[in-house]
Amino acid sequence: MTDKLARALGWTSLALGMAQLAAPRAVTRLCGVDDAPGATAVARLVGGRELLHAALLLGAKNPAPWAWTRVAGDTMDLGVLGRAAAHRTGARRARALAALGAVAGIAALDAACARRGTAKAKGPLQVRATITVNKPREEVYRFWRDLENLPSFMVHLDSVRTLDQRRSRWKAKGPIADLEWEAEIIDEQAGDLIAWRSVPGTGVPTAGLVGFTDGPGGRGTVVDVSLEYGAPGRKLAAAVARILGEHPEQQVRDDLRRFKQVMETGEVVRSEGSPEGHRALRQLRQRPAQPIGGRA
Amino acid sequence: MKAVVWAGRNRLEVQDVPDPRILNARDAIVRVTSTAICGSDLHLVDGYIPTVKKGDVLGHEFMGEVVEVGPGVRDLRPGDRVVVPFPIACGACFACEDGLYSLCENSNPNAGMAEKLMGHAPAGIFGYSHMLGGFPGGQAEYVRVPFADVGPVKIDDDLTDEQVLFLSDIFPTGFMGAEMCDIKPGQTIAIWGAGPVGQLAAASAFLLGADRVIVIDRYPYRLERARRTGAEILDYEEVNVLDALRDMTGGRGPDACVDAVGMEAHHPTPAMYAYDRTKQAARLETERPYALREAIMACRNGGVVSVIGVYGGFVDKFPMGTVMNRSLTIRTGQCHVQRYTEPLLERIRAGEIDPSFVISHRMPLSAAPHAFDLFKHKQDECNKVVLTP
Repeated sequence: MTDKLARALGWTSLALGMAQLAAPRAVTRLCGVDDAPGATAVARLVGGRELLHAALLLGAKNPAPWAWTRVAGDTMDLGVLGRAAAHRTGARRARALAALGAVAGIAALDAACARRGTAKAKGPLQVRATITVNKPREEVYRFWRDLENLPSFMVHLDSVRTLDQRRSRWKAKGPIADLEWEAEIIDEQAGDLIAWRSVPGTGVPTAGLVGFTDGPGGRGTVVDVSLEYGAPGRKLAAAVARILGEHPEQQVRDDLRRFKQVMETGEVVRSEGSPEGHRALRQLRQRPAQPIGGRA
Repeated sequence: MKAVVWAGRNRLEVQDVPDPRILNARDAIVRVTSTAICGSDLHLVDGYIPTVKKGDVLGHEFMGEVVEVGPGVRDLRPGDRVVVPFPIACGACFACEDGLYSLCENSNPNAGMAEKLMGHAPAGIFGYSHMLGGFPGGQAEYVRVPFADVGPVKIDDDLTDEQVLFLSDIFPTGFMGAEMCDIKPGQTIAIWGAGPVGQLAAASAFLLGADRVIVIDRYPYRLERARRTGAEILDYEEVNVLDALRDMTGGRGPDACVDAVGMEAHHPTPAMYAYDRTKQAARLETERPYALREAIMACRNGGVVSVIGVYGGFVDKFPMGTVMNRSLTIRTGQCHVQRYTEPLLERIRAGEIDPSFVISHRMPLSAAPHAFDLFKHKQDECNKVVLTP
């Protein structure tokens, strides 16, 4: 809904911008500022700015937060129109005031859209990924249930140590410092699903659910992972993503590819271009495809 | 060790690079005894395959002697003589179990890259871009071969390197091109491209029972080699191919058409050639699909168009209306080499075919840049070059 509103605002920007570029005089007359020297030039500049809003709001995948650029534009317009109204009298003043009112109304709409967009982006970060593994469900489940296996395909994990049936201690490489937290299994149905969350108050608030279902027509096991990072965890994830160029969703997908390789071929598959195996980060900065040298 | 390295568009160098070492338990290191230059290597050299990087070692047709195996390889040991298929395949995923080895779901550590361009990722390939794995190729003294217990074919009799080397790519590729035509008795197969793959596709079409094979190209020496397989030939600079094929088939068109040309085709009309050549140079399309367009137009109603020439990205002016309205079937794919190695080795052993007939030049690995030049510019009647390290 918010995104729909943002797209509509984008179309408004596009229409307004084109009008200002094509017929700047008509626009200045409508706002009662056609008497000012350079008014058409200003109208054209503002038109160009509107096209920028349009590009952001119509082009972005999640457009709502970009409505803030329109809010900034509205503030600028309100200032200009306010001054114009203050310095004029009669019909021109009336037209400037009408334009001022219209812009104020639109500004309220923009701000509401932008606020809702930002609020949505601030919620807990949820990522989901799925893959099909050519192995029986029982075997796939058992491998995952032994949480100490997880670092063999989750590159960001250093180690997982099980403390008892439900609790385990996780260590991960952070962008700045290493992270450590305790997790507990909160639901478990043998062969079907495992759900876990970090124990409240131990560092990283995170929760995860992995489901296992039979693939259709004997196609092995479909593994479906959902992860959620709480507010501090989300900030951390965002920081990691920024620094390393790796989005959390990408990380989970890569983890699952490696999981499939480990299950089906016994280990993570490496090439000289990607010696660590599948990793989005490495895809941006490939080694040349020539032998690495040295001895293992 | 010495290796053929991509040093930029149209720049190849023989460089000293480190020796390969085992990275995965199921790896083997192979000392290359023979390696070949493939037509598809030219697309890399010309810079039309995305995600090739300076420093990449090229080459995906090679064979040699196993010198080291990882702890996970059970059925190969140092000293074994092997031919290595160009697609890397794990043998355990759904695609491999289905015989679709060039679509192995595990052998491409850069699958994410390929997905962005192609939707889903194909298998890793030796020396063929980072999108296809970032694996060094076999135009080198040594190569690391992943999943060595799956792909390599052991050759333990006295067949020569030249007789079996092409099991790595072009013989299975030509054979699959013919097989996809689903040949029935009395049928006529037309093949665009009289290069080594086209020649082997022609020979394979006869092995599979084709009545007539017509090969189309513009280089007389290549057409002559194709004729020696028993095929009829057409020089597209001499005749109008569509008219000629209609005349030769009682107006029906060939029952199946094989595109053994791919993305860097040529057109006899300068204006037509300039149109796609310009768009390709400006990177508005990645292919010059003349052979494919013509193969589609030529095929008889309800026939098969079998595409084994390599394409990398996007084609313009694709005659989809013809494909749809005339019920054509397009079949294509990077060859699932592992599916064909054993049966084709049997055919070689039985004397049904000797694929070494495609070889025109034998040179040392150190002469690779010159060899590529001869091959690319069709100089000195260059048909197929075998390099020895």
